[in-house]
Amino acid sequence: MSTADGATIVSGREGTDPRRGSARALRWGAGTALRADLRLFGSEFGLHLVRRRNWAGVGVLLSVPIILAVCVKVTSDGNTDGAGPGFLTAVTDNGLFVALAALTMELPLFLPLAMATICADTVAGEANTGTLRYLLVVPVHRTRLLIIKYLAVLVAFTGALLLLVVVGWAIGTALFGGGSLTTLSGEQISFWAGVGRLLLVCLYIDVCFAGLAAIGMFVSTLTEQPLAVVIATVAVATISQVLDTVPQLSSIHGYLPTHHWMAFADLFREPVALGSIRPGILSALAYAAIFLSAAWARFGDKDITC
Amino acid sequence: MSVSSAVQAAGEADGGCAVRTHRLTKRFRSGQVAVNAVDLAVPRGSVYGFVGPNGSGKTTTIRMLLGLVRPTAGRHELLGLSMPRQAGRVLPAVGALVEGPAFHPYLSGPANLRRLDAVDRTADPRSAGPRIGAALERVGLSSAGNKRYRNYSLGMRQRLAIAAALLRPRDLLILDEPTNGLDPQGTREVRSLVTRLSQEGVTVMLSTHLLSEVEQVCTHVGVMRTGSLIAQSSLAQLRGSTATGVRVETSCPQAAAAVLIECGLGGVVPGPGVVQADLGPYEPEALVVALVRAEVPVRGFTCVQPTLEELFVSLTGEGFDVDG
Ligand SMILES: Nc1ncnc2c1ncn2[C@@H]1O[C@H](COP(=O)(O)OP(=O)(O)OP(=O)(O)O)[C@@H](O)[C@H]1O
Ligand SMILES: [Mg+2]
Repeated sequence: MSTADGATIVSGREGTDPRRGSARALRWGAGTALRADLRLFGSEFGLHLVRRRNWAGVGVLLSVPIILAVCVKVTSDGNTDGAGPGFLTAVTDNGLFVALAALTMELPLFLPLAMATICADTVAGEANTGTLRYLLVVPVHRTRLLIIKYLAVLVAFTGALLLLVVVGWAIGTALFGGGSLTTLSGEQISFWAGVGRLLLVCLYIDVCFAGLAAIGMFVSTLTEQPLAVVIATVAVATISQVLDTVPQLSSIHGYLPTHHWMAFADLFREPVALGSIRPGILSALAYAAIFLSAAWARFGDKDITC
Repeated sequence: MSVSSAVQAAGEADGGCAVRTHRLTKRFRSGQVAVNAVDLAVPRGSVYGFVGPNGSGKTTTIRMLLGLVRPTAGRHELLGLSMPRQAGRVLPAVGALVEGPAFHPYLSGPANLRRLDAVDRTADPRSAGPRIGAALERVGLSSAGNKRYRNYSLGMRQRLAIAAALLRPRDLLILDEPTNGLDPQGTREVRSLVTRLSQEGVTVMLSTHLLSEVEQVCTHVGVMRTGSLIAQSSLAQLRGSTATGVRVETSCPQAAAAVLIECGLGGVVPGPGVVQADLGPYEPEALVVALVRAEVPVRGFTCVQPTLEELFVSLTGEGFDVDG
């Protein structure tokens, strides 16, 4: 059955004639399209889930809050001055700060590495195994594939981030207790307000990494070597952080992709300081838009010769 | 209208070609012209053998047909619809095998097929299970069960790729070396599968190096040589167009050669105990009479039809070097 836009959908051709059959066609509509997109999304997300390598990576991410909490507990004299934006010193106050301290420690390298690894699997990985050519002749529109792959990467990363925060919070609460907590600016907020702030932090980091993911996807469309994608993406994040520490370059600091990442700490002030959160979000969205467009332009008419 | 009937209606307007290319050309960025102004015409319902030496541009042509590689010049239609503009409509009716199998190594065969089916927005998820089962059954992989793809043997991988091409009912199959890596049993099964599909009305275009395969299953052939299509016709026509030879076994080759030359035959080559010549327009019966009248002791007289292999070599040259 064909409709205005000429799209057609066939659901097998079960019927009397084994091949032509009575072509039972579904009417093409928004619902069918959405269901098909969700199915593709599920498949992409599933690919991230079934890779043991990815779970090993999650294990590394989760080891940080555990090691951190245990170390602070056994050297319990509380002498932890001078690390991160003040979270490490607060760890013994409230278990929630273990999650925040772990985020602070993993933000410069481990989280970019995790993001780079799953971005590498999307296009470069599929080109490397040759599965990309079979996907495209199914057929699937290249733009649709790219967008859904991007969304699957974001959701997979969010999952890892939430796991990290939950594990950090759980071990922190077990070792140091929970209850109400003191923000970085000194006020008391309730436990549930603290949990809410923690979720806001995750959301903010997620938005920041949506920019990095777009860079990773773009690099992924340039090469057939997943490792090259990992190296290039991590290099971008690292070089950006290095440049961010050079005072002579202060005029470009605001444009660096990682410049606003640490601003998540501002969400733990009372009242919440949006001064650097808002530019952080705008910067990440700009990076996402630019590099997704570049990835689209590159992937859209790339010769698939692998 | 279903995909197949839409595609069919369009195809009939095209003089019944499942694949039609017009001066299709690919020049790679390296400057190499891998495919040069190729005009393929694969009739509907045919089994089209696409042959040529290594590096002659078969795979590159197939990639262009499927929209994986953008031609630098020329255009083409699949099932009567122009590519790549109508790829979304025509490719669901096309099953393809391109340069060997490729799957996710850490997924099982069925999981890999489920993945491919999930990508197809026009496939019904409810019928996925039975369709995957039927496709695996057709290539004899049902018993491989849930083994991971990385543990598959070469032949199993090849079979899985064919199963992927058969995941839905197709109108056209484009198979790049489908029997590569298969055991003799598997090769025979693929051959009979192709024949069966062809009987069901599917057009099959297969690239191969095995001329015996072409001889056994193909109705049409196209021969590539350094990027150009140097011959294309039905198998019967190709055979009809070639010169039949005669071969005379005799103890007096010189005398026999003299008689044949006298009769007007060309290409006479006397050898030890045998004379060969091109038959040309002459009647073999008359030649035998002439030989006997001249008292040449004839032990044997045969008309030789060149094998497809000889034909192929005469078209593509003797050299062992790859094209390119
Ligand atoms: N991506 C590419 N860049 C440059 N040249 C290429 C590329 N892909 C293929 N070629 C060249 O194009 C020519 C044709 O290659 P192709 O793979 O189409 O040959 P083929 O007929 O399939 O050979 P075979 O029988 O060995 O599979 C070769 O000379 C090859 O080197
Ligand atoms: Mg090839």
